[in-house]
Amino acid sequence: MPLSQATPGYIQLLLRGLLAGLFAGLLAGGFAYLAGEPHVEAAIAIEEAAAPAGETAEEPLVDRDIQRAVGLPLATGLIGLALGGILATAYTLLRRHLRTGSDTHAALGLAAAGYLGIVLIPFLKYPPNPPAVGDPDTINQRTAAYLAVLVLGLVAVWAATLATRTQTHQWRRAAAGTAGFLIVVTIAYTLLPAFHEVPDDFPATLLWDFRIASLGAQTVLWTILGITFAALLNRLATRTGTPQTATVTTA
Amino acid sequence: MSKAQTITTPAVSARLLATAAGFTAMMLLLAYLVAFDQGALSQTGMYLHELMHDGRHLLGVPCH
Repeated sequence: MPLSQATPGYIQLLLRGLLAGLFAGLLAGGFAYLAGEPHVEAAIAIEEAAAPAGETAEEPLVDRDIQRAVGLPLATGLIGLALGGILATAYTLLRRHLRTGSDTHAALGLAAAGYLGIVLIPFLKYPPNPPAVGDPDTINQRTAAYLAVLVLGLVAVWAATLATRTQTHQWRRAAAGTAGFLIVVTIAYTLLPAFHEVPDDFPATLLWDFRIASLGAQTVLWTILGITFAALLNRLATRTGTPQTATVTTA
Repeated sequence: MSKAQTITTPAVSARLLATAAGFTAMMLLLAYLVAFDQGALSQTGMYLHELMHDGRHLLGVPCH
């Protein structure tokens, strides 16, 4: 491949990542609408019932129906777009360092790393909360802590990868990777502050259902993103032919 | 899958890194707009923030 095509190559990959991300985000929005919105509605009902008697509900800036039917898929679609672009950029820059000859494995591996670092590790430390849960006075601390655990989640995945590569035997690789991962996660979880802001009388089942729906929506997003991006890469490979096959295998 | 087809990623050059950094910044700005902005960036007051309220909750972002 001539060097002059280097940058167009990135743009081609980026466009595929953006497309995969938008698609995944919209599907996640559909899932969240079906699986999550009933719980959001129930939580808002509790929030409004708990408002002081004298305080009449202020006129909402955006209608509830618009928030649900337009705002939700807009938010998940745009987040999917952003994550897809970041995944494609990571793929472009890191592909040579991923020790697999399969583009599909590389794409799915990066998506799995993103899911673990950006979704699962933050979820277990700071599980998402529905309306009516959370103290508005701590929103800045909670936002900062959330961003910190998200970054540390990615650091943990990176540490696991580095640790894996120090070993050659398969079981030692697995053990080293697990140890590297757990060390970073343990330090992060210990040092980051805890927030216990669920009201005593908030229904536990509603909280659980909301959190599972949120996890489900994010799982849909990352799963579809990884698979769609891998599929688009395979189409790109088929279309551009194979003269450059195996130029990228292992680094 | 007897014949694994692979594509070649572009060589990592200073130009590619600059382009990638630019696009990554745009992606992060977009994510910020959805997840955290309260009108300062979007210049729509709280409209976009309120519009995407449910998305933030269900994407696990601390909201209020």
